[in-house]
Amino acid sequence: MKLFKSLLAATAVAAVCIAGPAQAETKRIALVVKALGIGFFEAAAKGAEEAAKELGDVEIIYTGPTDTTAEGQIEVINALIAQKVDAIAVSANDQDALVPALKKAMQRGITVVSWDSGVAPEGRQLHLNPSSNALIGNMIIKLAADHLPDGGDVAVLSASATATNQNTWIEEMNKVKGNYPGINVVATVYGDDLADKSYREAQGLMQSYPDLKAIIAPTSVGIVAAAQAVSDAEKAGQVNVTGLGLPSEMAGHIESGASKSFAIWNPIDLGYSATMLAYSLAAGNAEAKPGAEIPMGRMGALTLNENNEGAMADPFVYDSSNIDDFKDIF
Amino acid sequence: MTKSLLKSREIVLAAAILVLLLAIASRFPAFVAPSNLANVFNDTAPLIMLALGQMAVIVTRCIDLSVAANLALTGMVVAMLNTLFPGLPIPVILFVATSLGALMGLANGLLVWKLDIPPIVVTLGTMTVYRGIIFLISDGAWINAHEMSDTFKAFPRETILGLPVLSWFAILTVLGFVLLIGRTSLGRAFFAVGGNPHAAVYTGINVGRTQCAAFVLSGALAGLTGYLWVARYAVAYVDIAGGFELEVVAACVIGGISIAGGIGSVGGALLGALFLGIVKNALPVVNISPFWQLAISGSAIIIAVAFNATSNRSKGRVILKKAEHAQ
Repeated sequence: MKLFKSLLAATAVAAVCIAGPAQAETKRIALVVKALGIGFFEAAAKGAEEAAKELGDVEIIYTGPTDTTAEGQIEVINALIAQKVDAIAVSANDQDALVPALKKAMQRGITVVSWDSGVAPEGRQLHLNPSSNALIGNMIIKLAADHLPDGGDVAVLSASATATNQNTWIEEMNKVKGNYPGINVVATVYGDDLADKSYREAQGLMQSYPDLKAIIAPTSVGIVAAAQAVSDAEKAGQVNVTGLGLPSEMAGHIESGASKSFAIWNPIDLGYSATMLAYSLAAGNAEAKPGAEIPMGRMGALTLNENNEGAMADPFVYDSSNIDDFKDIF
Repeated sequence: MTKSLLKSREIVLAAAILVLLLAIASRFPAFVAPSNLANVFNDTAPLIMLALGQMAVIVTRCIDLSVAANLALTGMVVAMLNTLFPGLPIPVILFVATSLGALMGLANGLLVWKLDIPPIVVTLGTMTVYRGIIFLISDGAWINAHEMSDTFKAFPRETILGLPVLSWFAILTVLGFVLLIGRTSLGRAFFAVGGNPHAAVYTGINVGRTQCAAFVLSGALAGLTGYLWVARYAVAYVDIAGGFELEVVAACVIGGISIAGGIGSVGGALLGALFLGIVKNALPVVNISPFWQLAISGSAIIIAVAFNATSNRSKGRVILKKAEHAQ
């Protein structure tokens, strides 16, 4: 009975589709994620739906393999090619393995963009990075400075001394720290992304610098451990722990006051922007070439570099006002 | 004769710790404030507990590399239990943690005892297996501070007579080991088995069973520490205490416990753990480059081993002297 009903419904939908000439122009955009059932990507799908609603003539196909494999994504992409979708926006499990399947899609006139986790340049028209190293470096010191109107000592708690990401972000941070007068970066220590070592390093910072006002931890293990160390030292409110973390992991520490705010990319904005970009390209409103500026609705415009890559925005700031909305998402 | 030499070994280590503390105090005086030393002891408590368990294992000529994985798995299990049943009383959690840890220790012990597989191979294998199980049960997800109940997180932090519960656990473990090693037949059996397994057999000691008992002991302590660790750092994930097993073995080695078995003392393990704990806590405050930190920790271990190598095996605590000579 249920099957019959749904068949009936499907037929009705199909009939409407065929009957309505306006519907024929609906752009079908497939959002291909690393795997289904991951909170981060479910949130991105939410953003994609938001973009679809704004654009009006867009249908979102949210899909992906059940586990994070390139093989699974290739199957999904082949199925999408067969369905003749208008655009594919993919967060890749492997930057090279998907290239042949995506090339095939582009040959059939399908717009291909990658977002979050990129595809090699020959396998996509453009890539949307959630943020850029410069934006992240600026954001982490801004987070500390925003709560220190009179300035003060801050220290950085990083992952390992050889971690490429963190080192790049800290370097970018040091480039712009002159823009935050009064903020004094007194030390950079390394917690090796181990909870216990990061905890000890945070304790050490509080001992060595009694006037320390903030700890910047651009690593998700470090920020949680530092926040715990600050709570245990009963210095919540005196020492603000900030940096990059995940809402689900930081919710308790925002509540305790050890961390006033932290940042990470917002998956909703990411899904929204990816959809907007795919739409612009598929509709022929824009062309993906170095130096191009492609609009992405409320998120402004994406400027492409020589590799056809662009950064969406500053990392999104999470604090007590919005943490509850995000802590169950990712 | 043997006794006085062992004593001197501990005195040397205690003196080294004092020198270390003085050196740190010269650069950062606040480090030797009593409240900070209490903090350092509290931070070293997990290492002390695991080092004592490891000592029992090493003395019987085995090694347990799975302690950190055991700790992480137990920690994850109790953290998940806590999120599912937030009302579960702490004694129940302690019981679950200790028995789960003991069970994992038993698995190691049985493989060593019944199948005669070298302990380093067994525990290298179970180490990976236990870490893998954490991934399976948690799906790689973290258990975070806000998901754990307040009583669960508060327990190791509660202070009794000025010291946190975590420290008291370490003190009780030390006292328990002093009794076990000094006053029970099992304690003597550990040394007999490690000192001379053939002779131990002649005196009616079951070598395999004694080794198995040591693994269970080490596992139970790792399990108990697992809960304390997760509650203290208020986070549980696959990689917690990554590489901690090597620190535990290092503490034993620095404490003069012979990897060849048969030699060791509770005081040695305790001092070895304290030495490492002080180094780990001091390095962040004395402003040393992170690359030097690794080199310093490593050198401490090599110096200790070199020190061990110079002391002759016969200087150890040989209980079954007659049996050894009879061979």
